[in-house]
Formats: sequence, structure tokens, C-alpha cells
Amino acid sequence: MALTSEKVTQLESKARDIRRSIVEMLIEAKSGHTAGPLDMADIFAYLYFHALKHDPKNPSWEYRDRLILSNGHICPVLYATMAHAGYFPVEELMTLRKFGSRLQGHPHREWLPMLETSSGPLGCGISQTVGMTLADRLDNGRSSTKQFYCLVGDGELDEGNNWEAIMLAGKEKIQNLTVIVDRNNIQIDGFTEDVMPLNPLVDKWRSFNWHVQEINGHDFRDIDRAIGEAQAVFDKPSVIIAYTIPSKGIPAFERKFEWHGKPPTTPEEIKTALDAVRTLGGRVSNSDHS
Amino acid sequence: MINPSQQLNSKIFDTDVEQVPIRKGFGEGLLKAAEMNRNVVGLCADLVDSTMMTGFKQKFSDRFIEMGIAEQNLAGVASGMAAMGKIPFMTSYAMFSPGRNWEQIRTTIAYNNVPVKIAGSHAGVSVGPDGGTHQAIEDIALMRVIPRMVVISPCDAIEARKATIAAAQTQEPTYIRLAREKTPIITTEDTPFEIGKAEVMFKSQGSSFNVGIIATGALLHRALKVAQKLEAEGKAVIVLNLATIKPLDVDAIVQLANQTGAIVTVEEHQIAGGMGSAVAECLASHKPVPIEFIGVIDQFGQSGTPDELIEHYGMGEKDIYAAACKVMLRK
Repeated sequence: MALTSEKVTQLESKARDIRRSIVEMLIEAKSGHTAGPLDMADIFAYLYFHALKHDPKNPSWEYRDRLILSNGHICPVLYATMAHAGYFPVEELMTLRKFGSRLQGHPHREWLPMLETSSGPLGCGISQTVGMTLADRLDNGRSSTKQFYCLVGDGELDEGNNWEAIMLAGKEKIQNLTVIVDRNNIQIDGFTEDVMPLNPLVDKWRSFNWHVQEINGHDFRDIDRAIGEAQAVFDKPSVIIAYTIPSKGIPAFERKFEWHGKPPTTPEEIKTALDAVRTLGGRVSNSDHS
Repeated sequence: MINPSQQLNSKIFDTDVEQVPIRKGFGEGLLKAAEMNRNVVGLCADLVDSTMMTGFKQKFSDRFIEMGIAEQNLAGVASGMAAMGKIPFMTSYAMFSPGRNWEQIRTTIAYNNVPVKIAGSHAGVSVGPDGGTHQAIEDIALMRVIPRMVVISPCDAIEARKATIAAAQTQEPTYIRLAREKTPIITTEDTPFEIGKAEVMFKSQGSSFNVGIIATGALLHRALKVAQKLEAEGKAVIVLNLATIKPLDVDAIVQLANQTGAIVTVEEHQIAGGMGSAVAECLASHKPVPIEFIGVIDQFGQSGTPDELIEHYGMGEKDIYAAACKVMLRK
């Protein structure tokens, strides 16, 4: 069933809250990544506030869906979404990257046990997710009701480890696995197609026996339709290549790879960023979302 | 003399002592562990027979995953299975696992603190003809430097079986070092084994000792033969089997240093970073005594027979004997 207008409005509001928290926590932390967290805010809002079977008050609930963040450097969006979903207080977001904080610079499952894994070194998330699905299959068979989501960056696909895991998932026909690629076309040293071309990306995944979809990663109805299709596919793992705009929500930073790995730090940058996420680039008034 | 309470193989010094590959004990232990616990699963990177997983694969085909030649994925998938409550045993040659996939082991297994058991077979120069590419002599160093990682290096097939069964019952990430070639059976079913505990295998009579030898892996057999020779020459010797390199049995090592005042460490591994280094780190803090190190001295291996290579790289009986004589003079 398609998303209702009310649901879309609610998800848009959640994504707005998440983006604002991301910017505020990065400014407070004075280090961290900006572009990726902002461009994945819509997908995170969709997953945590619509798709996932989970219980923020009981994070270790056995039958929860699993969400594994492979590109750990975009953890501000993970932390912000989890806080807004009720896993921990929103105020705690301001401790990001500080000494003693549960919100480590890259996620660590021991500091924050409600995470499914630790990540940061790239290229390991799909492997771990495939391992989780195989263990689940042993316990619950091929009709398991659990869904396993793994979120990866596009630049991260340079890592060979991914393709080992992608090959295994195709071989094992893991149908309750959905990988979402943040196709924002940037990585630290530049645009992905300049640093190390990934295209034809669709053909690569398809040739490894995956079901492949391409979507607009900022369109909730597009995201919803693709997730629904992924779960309907039998005997194949699914990948959703989500085209996103790096730094989405701060027009002055959008599409610039320079914002991959730094936060707003100068007074001008901070004002630009805060104004943008608090007013959606001037499209709404500050008072509506203060 | 051989410590009678260890109940060692009575034919230990006979020329026709039974010889079995250490990795075979792992295979038997895995099968037993899998029978005891349905959560034990096995993953292998295209080396099922060589890593002795054949029996497990046949009996528990549903709990076996063939990974192909992909050791990085091997580590990550094992981590994911462990996160869901399994006790995964992942096998390959030590050169490739933990050699190639060190960072995946560090991040997804140790940093996550999940109970993955890494069996690295074909460790040491005794792999022989395959040559230096396949002779892992850095693996102890690579594994013991990772926080939380338990490192076990069994001395024979029987100890390897016990170590494997014991490892399946813990929640710690664990590395078990295995060897390819047939080596003498030193222990028996009745020999005690406990992860983290060093055992006195040989102890001369009396209360005053000239030298202590700490050995790990199959070279323990050579160390025991050297101890027998030294004792025949009137020297009082203690030999410790350090099967668990991490966590280190600090009490046993310090006690040995107190008793003997001079130590020789024996391992089929680079001297840098290996078991001897762990012993030296311990004794430098607790009981500084002279130490001589038997191991490979900052070199790669090469093709040859296991015995040729062990002699060539200075790990033979004459080398252990010379090191013992030298360290006694340094007291």
C-alpha cells in the first residue's frame, strides 16, 4: 500500500528534525562528516519511522529487523535518527565525539549496545549482514520474518571486501537482505567517477545475481515502493541504488565533495548551515521549526 | 625428568613416537564441539580438507558455509553469525587468515567482542616445500597485539583437540594456531589442559635449577629432548608448555624465572612480537632475568623439508641447547 499524504508529511517532519540535529551536533563536535549524513536523512527517517520492526525501549528484542551501517562515518544521521526515535535522549547528541561519550566518532557497539555492529573501516558491513542472515536462516529457515538492511556508501564500494560479500549473498540467494547504496557520487578525494569509476554500477550488482533498483533517495514514495519490491523478490538479495544530493538540506554545501569529511566551523559556515536546516533554505520560516 | 603428573606420552623420546598433524586434532575437536553445541558453525575459505573440516562438513552440512577464496569476507560473515548467537569457527591457512584479513578481525570480531574462533593452519616454516609465501611466522604477533584476542598454540594433535573444544565454550574471540606436518604426540588424554594455564612438562629433581625453557607449539618436543640431554649432563632444568600465549600465565612464568634465573623461549615464529616477546614483556616488569630467544630472526622462509628449515632458521635441538648453555652463563 502506498504511503499516505499524512505519512509523507510526518516523515518529512522527522527528516527535518534529523537534519537539524545532524548540523547542531557537528557544529558542537567541531569535527565529523557533513555531506553523507545529510543526504541519508530521508532514508533513515523512512526506515526508523516506517519500515523497521523495532522497539526503541527494547533494543535487543530478538525478532527486530536489523539495520547495519557499513559506512560508519555517517553515524551522525544514525545517532540523530535513533535519538528522535526514542533510543536515547536527543540532548545526548551534543556529546558526539567527546571524551566518554557513547556516541563515538565512528559507531562502537560496546559503547552503545543498541547498535547492531561497530563500523568505520569501510567495506565490512555487507559481510556482517550476510553472516547475520545466514545465522538467522539456520534458526528460522527461509521463511524468516526478519528483514536485514545494510547501508553502504558509494565510494565505499571501492573496497574489494564488499564484492566478496556480494558474491556470497548471490550464491546463497539471501532474500531478506536489502542493501541501500548512498549514491551521492562523492568521496574524500573528489567525485566517485573521477577517483575510481563505479559505473556501470547497476550492471555490476546485477551480474552478481542481485535484484537491482534505482531510486530518488529523497522521495519517500520512491523509497517505499523500492523497499516493498525488494521484500517481494524471492530467492535473490536486493540492492537499492539511492541517488542522493550530498549535503542535502544546505543548498550552499550541496553537491560539493569538499563537505564530505568536515563540519561547519567558521561563523559564516555555521550561520549558513543552521539557517538552512532550520528554515529549509528559506522555504519555511524560522518560527515554524524553532 | 618428565613431570609425572602431566601423564605425557610414555613413548615421547622413542624414535618411533607416534606422529600426527596438529591440525588433525582441530578437526576432531571441531566435530566434538559441534556435537556438544548446536550453535557451533563452520566457515572455510576453500580449504576444507587441508584445514581438517571434512568431518564437520559431512556431519553438519547445514552448519557449514563454503566461503570461496575470500578471507576478508570470511571474517566479516563469521562476525555477523556470532552477533546472532552462533559460535563460528573460521578456517584457512594462517598466512591468509589472520594474515590477509587482520583489520576485519580487529574491527568486526575483536572490537565488536564476538566469539569467533579463528583457526590458522599451516603456520610456521614447517609447511615446508610451499615456500616463504605460505609460511606464516608473524601470526602470533598479529593476533596477540589485538585487545581481547585469546591466542592458543597447541603442542600436538591431542592438545589441539582439547583447545578447540575448550575454545567453543568461551565467549572470547580466539586464535588457534595449527601446523600442517605430522609432529610427535607429546600429551595424552589425561594431560591437563586449560586455556590460560601453562604446564610444567619437565622438571629436574631438587630445589635448585640452572635454566628454564618455555616452548609453544610442536617445538616443545625438541625442547623436551634438549632438557633431557642437559639433565644427563648434570644441569637442572624446567620446561614449561605455554600453549596459551594470551592471556599469559604470568604466575607460572614469574615462578619459573624465580626458580631458574635464566630462560630460553622456543617458538616457530619471528622472534619479534612472538611468544618470547610476550614472556620478555612479562619478566621485564616482574622478574628481570637473562632470556635467549629461539625463533626466526627477521627473515622470510623458503622451500625445503620441515626439518631442514627448522635447522636452517636456528630452531633445532642444537640451537636450543646452545641457547640454554649461553643463557646460563649470563646469570
